[in-house]
Amino acid sequence: MAMKLMKGNHALAEAAVRAGCRFFGGYPITPQTEILEYLSARLPEVGGVFLQAESELGGINMVYGAAAAGCRAMTSSSGPGFSLLQEGISYIASAELPAVFVDVQRYGSGLGDIFQAQSDYFTATRCGGHGDYKLLVYAPASVQESVDLTMLAFDKADEYRNPALLLSDASIAQMMEPVELPEMRDVNFDRPWAMRGKHGGPNKRVSSTMYYIEDFDAYIKAKYDAMIAREQRWESVRVEDADVVLVAYGVSARICKEAVALARERGMRLGLLRPISLWPFPVKGFESVNPDVRGYLAVELSALPRLRDDVLLATGQRVPTESFLGGMHIPEPSAIIEKAAELIAE
Amino acid sequence: MLSITCSGFGGQGVLTAGLLLANVSMEAGKKLTWVPSYGSEMRGGTASCHLRIDDNEILNPFYSRMDALIAMNEGAVESFADRIAEGGALIVNTSMVADRAFRKDVRVVRVAATELSQQLKNPRGANIIMLGAAVEATGLFPAEQFADGIDGYFQRKGKNNPLNRECFMQGVQAARKAREASWI
Repeated sequence: MAMKLMKGNHALAEAAVRAGCRFFGGYPITPQTEILEYLSARLPEVGGVFLQAESELGGINMVYGAAAAGCRAMTSSSGPGFSLLQEGISYIASAELPAVFVDVQRYGSGLGDIFQAQSDYFTATRCGGHGDYKLLVYAPASVQESVDLTMLAFDKADEYRNPALLLSDASIAQMMEPVELPEMRDVNFDRPWAMRGKHGGPNKRVSSTMYYIEDFDAYIKAKYDAMIAREQRWESVRVEDADVVLVAYGVSARICKEAVALARERGMRLGLLRPISLWPFPVKGFESVNPDVRGYLAVELSALPRLRDDVLLATGQRVPTESFLGGMHIPEPSAIIEKAAELIAE
Repeated sequence: MLSITCSGFGGQGVLTAGLLLANVSMEAGKKLTWVPSYGSEMRGGTASCHLRIDDNEILNPFYSRMDALIAMNEGAVESFADRIAEGGALIVNTSMVADRAFRKDVRVVRVAATELSQQLKNPRGANIIMLGAAVEATGLFPAEQFADGIDGYFQRKGKNNPLNRECFMQGVQAARKAREASWI
């Protein structure tokens, strides 16, 4: 199939259309506005609906409604806007509705700035809103993965009746790479639970499922346990003999890949474990790491450690686990190698 | 792998020059990344794009040392000329950049692209002139092959203008002359 040169945001948006998404409600914010811009023209072409909401709160609740009607629905935002979505996300999760959200991360708390960062890791992976839920969280590291993981996110959201999040960042969203787009999917929105009119059938209800599922604690725990068991995704690069393993996702992982290549040229045994699913965190990926590994280095574009916590949990803190941080400046592969060398020397 | 930065004022076609390079490279089966950086202004602010082009997968889209710089204005020289790798290429738009002794350890192509594009009656083609010089100086593609690629790109958009090819070839000529003069 012919390759197409696309920006991450545009590719993600087109992938959503091809995944069968037919509703988008959201509010613009840099660096993800191209998603709205693209879908505002594209969704009507395929009989879908694009609505620019009056706010992020409006957008997420429109998605709640569209999802309740069985429609594949999506919203996207960034940093400050992502904070505003959390209440609605909690409601959608509690109603066990599939939907897909996008957070194109930007730097800083408060208003922050528009350049790339990975500071929303905890909001994305812990549970950004109130209550007991988790999102399936996928982190694209390329424009192609922005396509592939969008397709996957819609499928997995349906499979588990649980919302999924694409955690991108300003650089993956704004950069262009050649991509291969999948075929358009035909998705039937007339699902047994969808509110599409009674038509003489049984009553349907959309609200927190805790109100009508018996032994809800065990039920919901089992659902998330199943995701933990089945949905871990990762890529590993030369971890089997590595003295130090870098752990990085998204654009940081791209920088780390170059660091691994450069270090190997110099005879230094560096490896990379790249989580593709951030929740569930790919704990299984650590099983193939050299049992005599000397340390881990979590590399992330944020001022404070986030990803490092999950590395510590995954590895049981057996070996030194450090952070390589920085959001204001894009790290040099050589600086990452230097820090990794310190871990070996310790 | 080739790392090339294109920088200038917004409105000078900086991002488009990079896009052309990206598209022609993709059509030729190469792997590439194109990373933009620009302010909020549509015109007049600083705009740059940073490309990496290779036959193999591009690991890291970011770089600190580049093989070539297309400098459309003074700010581009100030921001990036120090970061050209030794032996790399500096393509200077002398319509907008004061001519002077540039770095001795890089190959310099001087081309009055803005003026030349006006003479060629294609005032928006200054970026393509610069691109011609860059393609020839780096040897990324044979000039004719790349010129065909440009024609193909604009034809697909329904906007083909034969003057673009002429602009491109003028840039190529400038680089050839610079080579004959030992890049001084």
